Amino acid sequence: MRKGLSWFNVSSIALGFAFLYIPIILLVIYSFNASRMVTVWAGFSTHWYWQLFQNQQLLDAAWVTLRVAFLTATVATVLGTLAAITLTRYGRFTGRTLFSGMVYAPLVMPEVITGLSLLLLFVAIGLDRGFWTITLAHITFTLCFVSVVVQSRLVTFDRSLEEAALDLGCPPFKTFFVVTLPIILPAVISGWMLAFTLSLDDLVIASFTTGPGATTLPMRIYSQVRLGVTPEINAACTILIAIVTVVVIFVSIMTKRQEIERQKAERMAAAEG
Amino acid sequence: MNTGVTEKTQKTIGGIRRSFAPWNDPQAVPLIQYKNVTKRFGEFVAVDNLSLDIYEREFFALLGPSGCGKTTLMRMLAGFEDPTEGQILLAGQDLVGTPPYKRQTNMMFQSYALFPHMTVWDNIAFGLRQDRMEKGAVNARVEEMLKLVKLEKFGKRKPHQLSGGQRQRVALARSLAKRPKVLLLDEPLGALDKKLREETQFELMDIQMELGMTFLIVTHDQEEAMTVADRIAVMNQGRLVQVDQPAVIYEHPNSRYVADFVGDVNILDATVEAVEPGMITLRPLAAPERRFRIAQDCPAKPGDSVAIALRPEKMRVEFDAPADPNVNCLQGEIWDIGYLGDLSIYHVELPGGARVKAAKPNLTRMVERPITWDDKVYVYFSPDAGVVLTS
Repeated sequence: MRKGLSWFNVSSIALGFAFLYIPIILLVIYSFNASRMVTVWAGFSTHWYWQLFQNQQLLDAAWVTLRVAFLTATVATVLGTLAAITLTRYGRFTGRTLFSGMVYAPLVMPEVITGLSLLLLFVAIGLDRGFWTITLAHITFTLCFVSVVVQSRLVTFDRSLEEAALDLGCPPFKTFFVVTLPIILPAVISGWMLAFTLSLDDLVIASFTTGPGATTLPMRIYSQVRLGVTPEINAACTILIAIVTVVVIFVSIMTKRQEIERQKAERMAAAEG
Repeated sequence: MNTGVTEKTQKTIGGIRRSFAPWNDPQAVPLIQYKNVTKRFGEFVAVDNLSLDIYEREFFALLGPSGCGKTTLMRMLAGFEDPTEGQILLAGQDLVGTPPYKRQTNMMFQSYALFPHMTVWDNIAFGLRQDRMEKGAVNARVEEMLKLVKLEKFGKRKPHQLSGGQRQRVALARSLAKRPKVLLLDEPLGALDKKLREETQFELMDIQMELGMTFLIVTHDQEEAMTVADRIAVMNQGRLVQVDQPAVIYEHPNSRYVADFVGDVNILDATVEAVEPGMITLRPLAAPERRFRIAQDCPAKPGDSVAIALRPEKMRVEFDAPADPNVNCLQGEIWDIGYLGDLSIYHVELPGGARVKAAKPNLTRMVERPITWDDKVYVYFSPDAGVVLTS
């Protein structure tokens, strides 16, 4: 094996990273721009961050978004997990194909169509559009992502663990909570986080299903950008990026550390015989 | 690891073993009764109208190839499958319809199925806590179980911090903790290496004796079944072929299937020449000029086609013809030799092209003139070495 990287490897990596991250880096840099003009650099400043926290409209939108995302992620996780269990556990029940198709439809459906059809539904049943309709719409389209994540974990789940619990006198409902759920919990949490981020940055479906008084952060940013990009928006985006980055790094470090500890324990056990 | 049993207790265990035979006692009431049990999965018949009695304190083995229905039979007792037809009785009560969590059976799973998010201690205490046993009693029982499987120091560990052998012990302790009426063992030693497996077999027997419990083991490993079990049921295609003590299964198989499945065997087709009380004379098809005399009462009539089952270790391979003309004898050439250290297995080709296997213990380290390839040899066996099979 040759050590090191060829010029081809190096340039592919550089190009790949540049393609992915230059826009984000630019955004972060310009959020510290002292100038009001987005594309003209006028020295370092945190002015726009202060400005941001004075902007009640943006803060309100952020608060709405967080509430929607939290509620969406929680409900979608419960429903998505139930759907995943049904699909992996109950064999070929009548209507399984239909059910599985319905669960996964939003995965491939263009967002515009999902949004429009939900809007029509809400209008038809006379639901006042606002916070709750956005949440319902988000639950609908994030549920399938949770279901996919949880289902992939359940496929490799050793059924004899549940049988062992039943065998030892634990009723089925309790077995789910004391054995199944703790073991698939990492997948359920990933599903929750996925649903949370999907809801957090959804613009299209939220625009269709929103009503007066319920403007989410992506909607607010989008409407402001149409009037011209302000450094304030850059600052808001930078904060979002920072939060996401910190969470992702934290989670991956935790997983890595767990993995290392597990391997260490296994080596120890093997050595003891 | 040693079995931890003193010579004295071993003797008493041996004594109990010798006299233990409730299946011969017409008064004995079976603990487990399968009554005309059939289990179908769609078109496939896993268990076919099977009846079987298992007695208290018995170590019973279900033996058969994969797909013979042995695991289904056990899972029906645990409650994971319901029979399509028939009854399963445990201590006189019909179990059909009772969910697994209300049955007084516990199972040790092939994969061990230890709860990965719980410590060894919590795994063993799991079943006790389901019964709302009070805390002091749970602790005492878990301590006792850890001691039984010699894992006192490992209570705080998680399953992934244990070796394969230790996990197997935790699984055993967990399934024993509730003192079930029957312990079900589903290929319990399949994942262990050969040496550890052999040690563990003896430990299982000791634990079963010590606790005086009924064990039902499912295995495809005939050596394992022979070692641990009081009685073995050999299964094929959802039916019981033979149910008996290991020595009977090995020495008096009732069919070609059992003879072939349990141990190494030569099966020679033959025609019955004459039947006398206690003796049957046969003409083997592989060597029609010879006659075999087998000491056996057999319902066959002259002219019937039967088979002779001959265990390799009961056959001798020598350069010279036997002195006693009554001894059954075949002549052939060495075709192949399997040297196993303790034994050598000689494959002898008969003039007609058929081959028989004969085992010879290597009693000394050196032999002046060892039997080798292409040697002309005699293979012979006494009248009580073979078994005549009519099915």
